[in-house]
Amino acid sequence: MNIALEAPYLPLAGKRLRQETSRDDRIKFGLMAVIGLYLVVALGAPLFVMLSKSLSTYRFDLAAFEFQVSDETGAKWGPVVTADALNRTLGAVAEGDLASSADGRLAATKFFPDFSFRSPVHYRIRGTTDDAAFLAGSTLEKGTEWREYDSGTFRRIMLRPARTLGLDNFKTYFSTPALARSIYNSVLMAAISTVVTISIAFALAYGLTRSCMPLKGLFRGILAIPILVPSLLPGIALVYLFGNQGIFKDWLLGYSIYGPIGIVIGSVFFTLPHAFLIILTALSIADARHYEAAASLKASKWRTFTTVTLPGARFGLVSAAFVVFTLVITDFGLPKVIGGQYGMLAVDIYKQVIGQQNFEMGAVVSVILLVPAILAFAVDRRMQKRQVALLSARAVPYVPKPNVRMDTICFAFACLVSFFILGMIAMCQIAAVVKFWPYDLTLTAKNFAFDLMDGGGWSAYANSIRLALLTALFGSVIVFAGAYMVEKADAFRFGRNVFHFLAMMPMAVPGMVLGLAYIFFFNNPANPLNAIYGTMTILVVSTVTHFYTVAHLTALTALKQMDPEFESVAASLKQPFHRLFFRVTLPVCLPAILNIAIYLFVNAMTTVSAVVFLYASDTKLASVAVLNMDDAGDIAPAAAMGMMIFYTNVAAKLIHALLARGLLARTQAWR
Amino acid sequence: MNRHMFLMLAGAMSVALPAIATAQTELTVYTAVEAVDLDRYKATFEKSHPDITINWVRDSTGVMTAKLLAEKDNPQADVVWGLAATSLLLLKTEGMLEAYQPKGVEALDKKFVDKDNPPSWVGMDAYVAALCYNTVEGEKLGLKAPKSWDDLTKPEYKGHVIMPNPASSGTGFLDVSGWMQMWGEEKAWSFMDKLHENISAYTHSGSKPCKMAGAGEAVVGVSFEFPGAKAKSAGAPIDIIFPTEGSGWEAEATAIIAGTANLEAAKTLVDWSVTKEANEMYNAGYAVVAYPGVAKPVEHLPSDIAAKMIDNDFEWAANNRATILKEWQKRYDAKSEPKS
Repeated sequence: MNIALEAPYLPLAGKRLRQETSRDDRIKFGLMAVIGLYLVVALGAPLFVMLSKSLSTYRFDLAAFEFQVSDETGAKWGPVVTADALNRTLGAVAEGDLASSADGRLAATKFFPDFSFRSPVHYRIRGTTDDAAFLAGSTLEKGTEWREYDSGTFRRIMLRPARTLGLDNFKTYFSTPALARSIYNSVLMAAISTVVTISIAFALAYGLTRSCMPLKGLFRGILAIPILVPSLLPGIALVYLFGNQGIFKDWLLGYSIYGPIGIVIGSVFFTLPHAFLIILTALSIADARHYEAAASLKASKWRTFTTVTLPGARFGLVSAAFVVFTLVITDFGLPKVIGGQYGMLAVDIYKQVIGQQNFEMGAVVSVILLVPAILAFAVDRRMQKRQVALLSARAVPYVPKPNVRMDTICFAFACLVSFFILGMIAMCQIAAVVKFWPYDLTLTAKNFAFDLMDGGGWSAYANSIRLALLTALFGSVIVFAGAYMVEKADAFRFGRNVFHFLAMMPMAVPGMVLGLAYIFFFNNPANPLNAIYGTMTILVVSTVTHFYTVAHLTALTALKQMDPEFESVAASLKQPFHRLFFRVTLPVCLPAILNIAIYLFVNAMTTVSAVVFLYASDTKLASVAVLNMDDAGDIAPAAAMGMMIFYTNVAAKLIHALLARGLLARTQAWR
Repeated sequence: MNRHMFLMLAGAMSVALPAIATAQTELTVYTAVEAVDLDRYKATFEKSHPDITINWVRDSTGVMTAKLLAEKDNPQADVVWGLAATSLLLLKTEGMLEAYQPKGVEALDKKFVDKDNPPSWVGMDAYVAALCYNTVEGEKLGLKAPKSWDDLTKPEYKGHVIMPNPASSGTGFLDVSGWMQMWGEEKAWSFMDKLHENISAYTHSGSKPCKMAGAGEAVVGVSFEFPGAKAKSAGAPIDIIFPTEGSGWEAEATAIIAGTANLEAAKTLVDWSVTKEANEMYNAGYAVVAYPGVAKPVEHLPSDIAAKMIDNDFEWAANNRATILKEWQKRYDAKSEPKS
């Protein structure tokens, strides 16, 4: 390495040695800047625009309108008065009611208590500014010119609100009980689901690591299934299983599946694999010596469990809890299908934007939804920092001993959970091929005739596969390159930290929020990137960004396993970094890259929330089609499309496994 | 990576640029017409106007309206053909529509044409509020089929009625605005207070209640006639009931987007959309069309639906929408706990 001194001779004091940046480093820095810029454009800027949108309010500016009233003959005009002055004397409109929405209207007759549409009196109205707008019936009028109306027409005059900045949207939000209640509902559902999911996942992981139950591999496979389907699918399955015509309706003792019960059951289904994998990893790193110590101290089973097993897994548990909490509170598909009248934040965003075209309120709910997600994320990060390596080099892997009672219980429990998962999938499969549930149970393929349904047809399915492939391809490249820069570049500590922070952020941003932010940011003619709005590109960008963090962490873990000596050796041999990268780093990390690719593929197939605001008519997606067909009441075709996503993901997993085996045999022989 | 970024941008460009190969006029037409009808509409129009090509952009009414509003400052559509008149009125109040008097519009029923002159939108057909009643489930529960809106407030229907949420569904709003125009606001609110006690769920879409009634998830679905006829054809054990008091309704309509670069072609399309031929085409799915004397009865639907339609004031509905929805949400959304 070239070390150059800043002065031709040694400084006396104060001057520090600086390492000259090599050409390699500059290239690396350039690349990091490019990917960093990508994250700023794809994440930071849209979120900022959304935040400002939530502060963009609509308010009736009464001072901006002037009226003049004629006498009975319609010829003599009275004095010019502003609506504001009239309101101050009349108190017709309360101060709080002046806050409005983009669609707000205020009848001008409110300011004239003795108004009668039969009277011969004429009215004049004008704005005092060029932007003051009002409607004559449904015709938009603007500007400072006087306009005259007879009283029959004047009753059709509606003032329009003006756009300002302020916290009015938030005030409206918190004074609307139904909306504000969603915060409580969302947190409650997320908390209950977290407790239930973590308990089940822990019991399963415990069984798999601490007992000698049979078929462990099979159970691991079954437990991964929920990842392969969109979160809408458990909702649909629950309708068929426990709905009013459900097979097991009586099990609910008269309670409705539409609402909290459905949300919790469905949430447990789709978050279980995430929690299970994290806790399994945490439990797998047990040190057998701790258990030996406990046994020699004659600690009871329970005491061993509470003093050895639980503390060892506590960071995994906390991490899993936050993952589940965030997943549930930000999920949109499941409550949309099964939530009934139970308001949830993520669904509120959809209802505000799609149902009422109230983008500002959508932005407000988004900002509110960001709070718990970011809190959970921040707490989790802090906890992770405190984690210390449990597994020292001298640790002895724990090997469970057979115990008939324990093994049977664990096996039975795993069977029960597997039955639950497979039952849900099986129910969807049946729903997809039955003619008219529950009245005509003959088998049919007509539910797969997607082209006859609203939602996008088979082209939506083709689009989804395209999106998944593009996301896997570009995502893996961008993520791995970014992680490489963070891990292996030597200089630019500050830049790397900023980049790492940016890479961790997507985890805390719910998909819906990201999608809405993209509308505000990209659907703006002034934005040079406006051209990607409504194309496949914006879907790829949003999906890569939405799932960036987990992929980034996977890449980082793989890269950390590589000894930094490689870089030193390559440098001392004067090899450019890209040769090292393509000859050594890339082949060594290939398994991780393949894992990233399949992770992105599967998620791109199933995601709804990040893309539901962004798809255009020629880029409809299968997952969105499931949502829209269910929305239109075509539940069987929705289940059929959901199953198509499932088949595709299973196939992708199989191809991934084959590919991994084939490629790895060649590249990983050194292991 | 630079290369990949470049490829991505290049990919974006190629998607963004439409094919400019043909000398024909291409019209970007936004629509919420049922997916099954699109090809037929396109083919029928292009047969009589081979020099114009329609490029459909289709989505549900709510999404389409949101999309059009979002594109307010940078419109992408030339024409909207087949969107709720209430949505078009919303666009009109934003100054987004080009007023145009289509040739032959005089032949249409007045209530299907915008009141202003020249009109900003012209109607195609109507969808009319109706009840879908599941006869099998009704019999199991010992219920009688409702005849009127008022019947729905009877205690025996508690938990068996499902209706669209007016805040997110155009159909839901046409029900509410229909009640208000029929009975006046006060009576309509007291009716809805009682109805709310019987509602099991408010759905996001307008056709879902009927399909849910068809599947037995509810006994009575407040919806409109079209999905009812469709569900019945698919084998749902339902009766389609038009309440005796009358039904609110919504027109599907056509309008030109202001600022379109293809104004002449857009006018040609709108001219054609009001012809008898076009109305016969709409009649395949819709029992009531804008051109008087054209409509033939549609399977599973009575022939006198037009008589059930109330005198609908679209302007009143559009101008009072925000206030009504605010009150509706205050009254009914807050009680968001599900009822069994």
